[in-house]
Amino acid sequence: MSIEVNGTSYATDENGYLVNLEEWTEDVAKKLADAEEIEMTEEHWNLVKFLRSYYDEYQIAPAVKVLTKAIANEKGMDKKEASEFLYQLFPKGPALQACKVAGLPKPTGCV
Amino acid sequence: MSKKIVVLGGGTGGTIISNNLRRHLPKDWEITVIDRDDRHIYQPGMLFVPFGIQKASTLVRSRKKYILPDVNFVIDEITHIDPEKREVKTKSHKFSYDFLIISTGCKIVPEENDGLTDAWGKNAFSFYTIEAAEMLRKKLKEFEGGKLVMNIAELPFKCPVAPIEFVFLADWYFKKRGIRNKTEIEFVTPLPGAFTKPKASAVFIESAKSKNIKITTSYELNAVNGKEKYIESVKGDKVSFDTLVIVPSTIGDAVISNSGLDDGIGYVPTHHNTLKALKHDRIYVIGDATNLPTSKAGSVAHYEADVVVFNIMSEIHGVKPEEIYDGHSTCFIVYSKGTSSLIDFNYKIEPLHGKFPAPKFGPFTLLKETKMNWYGKLGFEGLYWNVLLAGRHLGAPPTLVMAGKEVG
Repeated sequence: MSIEVNGTSYATDENGYLVNLEEWTEDVAKKLADAEEIEMTEEHWNLVKFLRSYYDEYQIAPAVKVLTKAIANEKGMDKKEASEFLYQLFPKGPALQACKVAGLPKPTGCV
Repeated sequence: MSKKIVVLGGGTGGTIISNNLRRHLPKDWEITVIDRDDRHIYQPGMLFVPFGIQKASTLVRSRKKYILPDVNFVIDEITHIDPEKREVKTKSHKFSYDFLIISTGCKIVPEENDGLTDAWGKNAFSFYTIEAAEMLRKKLKEFEGGKLVMNIAELPFKCPVAPIEFVFLADWYFKKRGIRNKTEIEFVTPLPGAFTKPKASAVFIESAKSKNIKITTSYELNAVNGKEKYIESVKGDKVSFDTLVIVPSTIGDAVISNSGLDDGIGYVPTHHNTLKALKHDRIYVIGDATNLPTSKAGSVAHYEADVVVFNIMSEIHGVKPEEIYDGHSTCFIVYSKGTSSLIDFNYKIEPLHGKFPAPKFGPFTLLKETKMNWYGKLGFEGLYWNVLLAGRHLGAPPTLVMAGKEVG
C-alpha cells in the first residue's frame, strides 16, 4: 500500500501507517490526517511533534499516560481534562490515530 | 577495573541474571543483589489464588535461598542511582559498580485511578498482589451471581494475558459452582482487541464468544464509582458491575524516576536489542523495568537475562554489545483448571499456530486449548524455582525459533 503526496509515493503498511519514519513531512502528515478525517490545528501539530521527538529520544511511541501527563503539565489541566482534550483532537484514540499522523509505527501496546 | 556488578532487585530477572553471571565471571568479580525484602513471589500463581487452585502461602519463598551463595544479597531500600559516579545509594550504604543491572520491576498503584481506593476490597478487587488475590478469593467464594467486570485501567500493564485468563477461569469457576447462568462476565480493555496481535486476538475473541463473555475494546478508564457500581471511560461510556476486578495503573519503581532515569512513567528507556540503557553506559535493564514494547512477564526477563550476560561479558572483553534480543516472549494462557493454550512471539512475529518447543512433536500446541499445555503450566512452577532461577536454560536460544510454527 502507499499514499501519494505532491507526486511522490510513500509506502504504508496494511493499516495505513507510514513504513519509513524518516520520509515523514508535514504534507505527508496532512494526507494521513485527511484519511482519518482530521483537520490539523496548531494543537494537533504540537502533539504530533511531541510524539516524534519522544520517539526520536526513546525509540518507542509514548504510552497514552505519558501524553496525558505532558498535556496536563503544559496546560494546567487535571488527568481527566487532559484525556478529554486528547480524544477531542484524535477521537479514535490518541495513541493509534496520533501516531499514524506522526508517521510512527503502529503502537504495539505492551504485548 | 574494580570488578563490581550491582543488580537492583532480586525478582525473576535479578535472580536469574545474578546466578548466570556468577557462573560466567571469574571469582574476582563481585556481584551484589539489592532488594527491599527477602520475599520472592512466584507471580504466575497469583492468577490461581482467587479460584482456590493455588494457596497464597505457597507462592512466597526466600530470595536469598535462590541466589548462589557467592553472590552478595543485601536487604535495603535503594534510594538513588547515579550513572555519572557509577554509584547506587541505599538507606544505609553506598555501592559503586562497573556494571549496573536494573531489574526493579513494576507495581500496581490503585491510588492513581479515581475512585478506586474507595471501592477497594468492597466491590473492586485485583489479583496483582498476593494480598489482593486473597481478598478476591474470599469475595468470589461468596459470589452468588451478578455481573463481574474485568477491566484494565491503562497501558502498559503487567502480564498482558492474565486478564484474559482471569475471565476464562471465572467462566470455568462459576460453571463449577453452578451459578454461571446467574452470572454475566464482561472484559473491558483499552486495547483495540482482546490482544494486540491480530491472530491471537481473533482466537481469544472466538473463545470468549463460546464462553458467553462480552468484550468491550478501546475503553480508556477515567474513574471507578464503587457506590453507584459502574466504571466510566474518558469518553463518558459507563459499564455497570456488581464486582469489579481491575488491573490498576502500573508504574516502574520510584527509584528510577527519582534518579531521573525514566521515560516519564517510571520505566527505563532501553535499547530494544542490546538491552543497554539508551542514555547511560554500563547500565543494562531487564524485565518489567524496561520500556520495551514486549510483555512485562517472567519469560521475557528470562530471555533477556541471557542476552545481557552475553553483552556484559562482551564489554568486559572490550567488545561492543550485540543487538541480539528480539522481544521474545512465551506465555501459557490458562482456560480452565485442566486446559491451557500457549503463545510464543517477538517484536515482529505475532503468536502463530504450531507446536512448541519441538516441531511436529511439541508436546505443547500453540494458540490452542489443550490438556498437555495445562500440564506444561503446572510443571512450569518446579522448573521456575529449580532450573530457571538458577540461571540455567533449557537448551533453546533466547530468541524466537520459527521451526514448528505455521506461517501464513
